[in-house]
This record gives sequence, C-alpha cells and structure tokens, in this order.
Amino acid sequence: MRNYLVKCLIAIVALMFSASLFAAGELHIYNWGDYTSPELVEKFEQEYDVKVTLTDYDSNETALAKVRPGGHGFDIVVPTSTHVPIWIEEGLLLETRPDQMENFQHVMEVSRNPDFDPGRRYTVPWLWGSTGISVNTAEYDGDINTSKILFDPPESLMGKINVVPEMGDVVHMAIFYEGGDVCTNDKEVLKRVRDLLVSAKASWKSLDYGTKEKLVSGDVAVSMNWNGYSMRARSERPEVHYGYPIEGYPLWMDNVAVLKDANNVDNAKLFQNFLMAPENAALVSNFANYANAIMGSDAYMNAELREAPEVMIPEQFQASGRFIPPCSPEVQSLYTAIWTELQK
Amino acid sequence: MSNSAAEVRSSNRGLHEHSEVARRKKEVRNNLLLCTPALIVLILAAAGPLLIVLIYTFLKAGPYGGVIWEWSWDGWFQVFLKKDIFDDTVSIADAHISIFWRSVKLSVQSTLTALILGFPTAYFIATRSPNTRNLWLFLITIPFWTNLLIRTFAIMQVIRDQGIINTLLINFGFIETPIEMLYTEFSIMLGMAYVYLPLMVLPLYASIEKLDFRLIEAAYDLYATRIFVLWRIIIPLVKPGIIAGSILVFIPSLGAYVTPRVLGGGKNLMLGNLIELQFGQGRNWPLGAALSITLLVIVMVSLLVYVQNLQRKSD
Repeated sequence: MRNYLVKCLIAIVALMFSASLFAAGELHIYNWGDYTSPELVEKFEQEYDVKVTLTDYDSNETALAKVRPGGHGFDIVVPTSTHVPIWIEEGLLLETRPDQMENFQHVMEVSRNPDFDPGRRYTVPWLWGSTGISVNTAEYDGDINTSKILFDPPESLMGKINVVPEMGDVVHMAIFYEGGDVCTNDKEVLKRVRDLLVSAKASWKSLDYGTKEKLVSGDVAVSMNWNGYSMRARSERPEVHYGYPIEGYPLWMDNVAVLKDANNVDNAKLFQNFLMAPENAALVSNFANYANAIMGSDAYMNAELREAPEVMIPEQFQASGRFIPPCSPEVQSLYTAIWTELQK
Repeated sequence: MSNSAAEVRSSNRGLHEHSEVARRKKEVRNNLLLCTPALIVLILAAAGPLLIVLIYTFLKAGPYGGVIWEWSWDGWFQVFLKKDIFDDTVSIADAHISIFWRSVKLSVQSTLTALILGFPTAYFIATRSPNTRNLWLFLITIPFWTNLLIRTFAIMQVIRDQGIINTLLINFGFIETPIEMLYTEFSIMLGMAYVYLPLMVLPLYASIEKLDFRLIEAAYDLYATRIFVLWRIIIPLVKPGIIAGSILVFIPSLGAYVTPRVLGGGKNLMLGNLIELQFGQGRNWPLGAALSITLLVIVMVSLLVYVQNLQRKSD
C-alpha cells in the first residue's frame, strides 16, 4: 500500500514537470491581460516546439516595478509607446535589432522609425490605437468629433459622462483642447488646463475604467474610451459611436521587446520575427480588436475589423492624432499636481 | 577540622548557587529560543518592510518611479505643503488634507452604520437557543467566502441607476428618475459598511453572549424602561465588544482601496487611492511612502487615545 502511494506521488511529480519536458524550449511572455491571442500562442508553440507561459499585468507601472529588481523570469514584455523610452533608458531591454530581422520588410513605413524607439533597434509593433470619445448617439445627436463633449458638455449630457482615470491621456486631451503641445510645461496653458478640468469634472459622473460595461448598460451616454473597447461596445449596443476629437487626441502603440535578463533570448527573438509576419499580426488584431502595423495583414483580418470606423481612422482626423512620449519628471510632477487637484 | 568542614559546606553552597544561576540562564536561553520563530516573523514581516517604507520617505523620487539613494525631505514636505505649480508660492496641501478628511469622515460614518446594523443582529443571534446560534453565525460568515471585489461589484449592481433598487422603485411608481447613489460618497460609505459588517457583528456577539441576562430581568423588576435598560445596562456591559468591533471596521475602512475605487467612480479619492496614485502614475514613491506612514500614525494615535481613555475610565 505504502509502495503504491509512493509510486503515485512520483507519477504526479513527474507529470508536473512533463509539460516543460515535451517542448524543446520555453518562452515566458509578460503582457497586458486579455490581450494575447491563444491561437497565436498555439501556432508559435507548434512551429518552433516551444512551451509558452503567459503572465498578465494591468499597467505600465506594474510591469516596470516588477521587472526592474530582476529575478522575474520573463523573456518578453509589451510596453506602451509612452513607456518604451523609459525601458530603454533604464537598460532593461536587449538590443535585438528587429530592423535587421527577416520579417521587418512587412512593417509599415510609418512605424519603422518611431520617436520612442528610433530605427526599431529594440521593439516590434504589437497593436496600436487611439484614445477618443464613445458617444451613445441615441442620447446626443450633435458632432461627436470634438473633446468639447467632455470638457464643456451640453446640458443634456450633464452627469452622463465617464472619463478613464489615465492621467496622461486625460491631461493631454485637455492640453490639446487648450491648444498646447505634448508634454508642455507652458504654465499659461497648464493653468487653463487645470481650470478646464476642474470645472468639467462637475459634469462628469465617474472617473473609471469599465467603459464598455458603462456604455452598454446605459449608465453613461459618453465616455472617454479606447477605440477597441468602443468597437466592443458597439457590437452590443449599435448606437455607440466613436469620435476622434479634432482638437487632438492621443495615439498609442504597444511594442514587443526582449528583456536584457531573459533566459530564452533565441526563442524571444524568434517570437519578435514571428509577430511581423502578416498572417500572425492578423491573429493578434483579430483577438484584441485593434489595428497592427504590419502590411498585408488585412488580408487575414476579420472583415468586421477591417471596416470598423473605430480601427481605421478616417482621413480628415488622421492629423489630429498624436503619439505621447514619456514626459520629463518635472513635467510629470506638474501633471500629477493637476491630477490630484482634480480628484481631491 | 571544623574549619575545613565549614569550608566544604560553604563551597557546596557556592556550587549549589552556581548551578541555580546556570539553570536560570538556561531557562532564559530556552525562552529566547522559543521566541525566535515569533521574533523572526515580526522582524521579517512587520518591522523590516516598515523600516524600508520609512527609509523611502527620506529619499529622492526616481525619474520614472523607484527612488534615488539621496537624502531629501521632499516626500514629507509634499504631504503637508504644496508648492503652487503656477506661481511657486508654498501653501498647505489642501488636496491631501481634504482627502485625509474624507477618509476619516467616511470611515467614521461606515463604522457607525455597521454598528447600527450590527448591534441588533448580534443581539438577535445571542438571544437564540445555543443550537440555532451556530447556524446564524454561520450565515454571517458566508459573505466572507466571496472575494471582496465580487461583493463590491454586487453592491454596484444593487445601487446603480439601472440597478435593483432604482428599477423596483420606478416600476412601483415611487419615483420617476433614478436616485443617483452610485459614484457618490454615500456609495463608498455603504460599500465599506457592508463589506466590514461581519467584523462588527462577531466581536459584538462574543460580548453580548456573555451578558448576564438576569441583570436585565432585575432592571425590569425595578421598573426600568426599555431605553433605560439599553443605555444603562446592556451598552455598558457590552462596551468592549462595541469598541473592538468599531476598531476592526474603522481601521480597514481608513485604508480601503478597492471599495472607493469601484463604488466612488474615481471621483472621490480616499487615502488608499492617493497612495496608489503616487506609486503608480504619479511616479513619486517617497511621497507615497510618507503618506503611508502618515496613515499609520493616524491609526496609532487614535488607538493610543482610545486605550488611555479606557484605562482612565477603569481606574
């Protein structure tokens, strides 16, 4: 009997290890939650005989704080454009030179030399999108392509507005509304921005995430929102439309990078190259409902996504979208002061 | 001869004393050894991290989060004072103070709400027959099986504009437009009172259960009114339970993070959220650490005041 138990135990322990024994290699991906297509992971695992482990994070700050001290065991991380320079500057990323990889030829021209990673020496584009405004057009029939809806709303929308508590996005949308530039430290502009936000807050219902649920349930009629979420909201409530504020709105891009202390550098590089192939980039987009930056991937994308007004920015609003770099610590502390003032 | 005999006796006594000392030393050593697990846990899990937090308050904020190992008072300075970002004048940090005030106010309110709801509940349970008491206590602990976040979201479904309460009231024609409850200070208070209610009921039950009900009978025999019995007999006797329950509700409420985040709609920060902001998007760890220590000091001071009051009363 005792012998039998011991055998059982050994079998169970062996089973625990077996998953990693079957595959030749390993890859540990650290990515945003609900963002990585399972289909993509499976395809990569089969193609390269690698066992992929996925771990989630919920904000750029969380990811940074966890990776910085080391000993995390991750190979791949997916920071947003606003944070990529921080990762590079702090020496956390490995210079894998994606620009010399085989599939780099598929990367769109506009994404080959971004400000946040000049020459693409570290990162590969994952997905990109915009932060605009979702409007329930059954409750508001005016022009939706303006941030006036958030900052100086009509009487009918009072108390029906949600704003996502993303400091950088909110402050910048207000800066653009007041005619300022990204990461501005112009005190005159910032003073107007603070007054604008403080007076606008009185007409907001909440400063919260969960934008899709709020729009679909009808708790709010307007929400500052990410385009992918707006599209998901529209699929459940067709009258939710997505506006691109003509005064200016933030653009962002998440990028795949390899960590300097990665254990599986070769597999991580394979993964970077793998992502730049059109059919794989399409898998990423199809899962998360955001656009990618790979040419020819639209041929493999869901038709619904390819035609979505949330994903394909209309010609006349393209110039208003702006990428936001990480602002300097001095500027950041100005914005934090405004932000705290707003929530006191 | 007699001399030497005396010598032997005295040396014997010396030996005896010596062994006595050794025994005591051993006892002390054993006691210390027995304490080590507790000491290690205390040092590693309580004092150590606290010390790190304290040290961080005196460092410079790193440009992108984290700290730089240089001495600085900035963290503490920013807790109480602010430099106006527009004209560089220094004034009281009114944003922080109003957030502190809101935290204390809402915590007191939710403690009182929990007390008002919890006292009758505990009294009811304590006056059942011993067999059924266990069932009632069991029912009180059921919400604890569910994650805090899920219970908070459940409250949200109840009080939202299209939620259970508003839908019912509208359907029965009591009101026409929904009462706005979600994303207000009221919803934070309600959420905290609900979430921490069992922490109030259990200590209350423990002290009401020990209550000598013959005293109440005696009071009625002497023509005391119900109110009088409650104020002069029951409440003084179960006071330890009331105080323990209030502390157990007040302290976690003061540092609550999830409830204000979900039910407050982010419009009304509480201390927990303010601290999180500094460690996250604000990238100011020293300020976050200093705010944490300030919160700790508030809790300690209120506990000390309470303990001293108690002692003075019992004297």
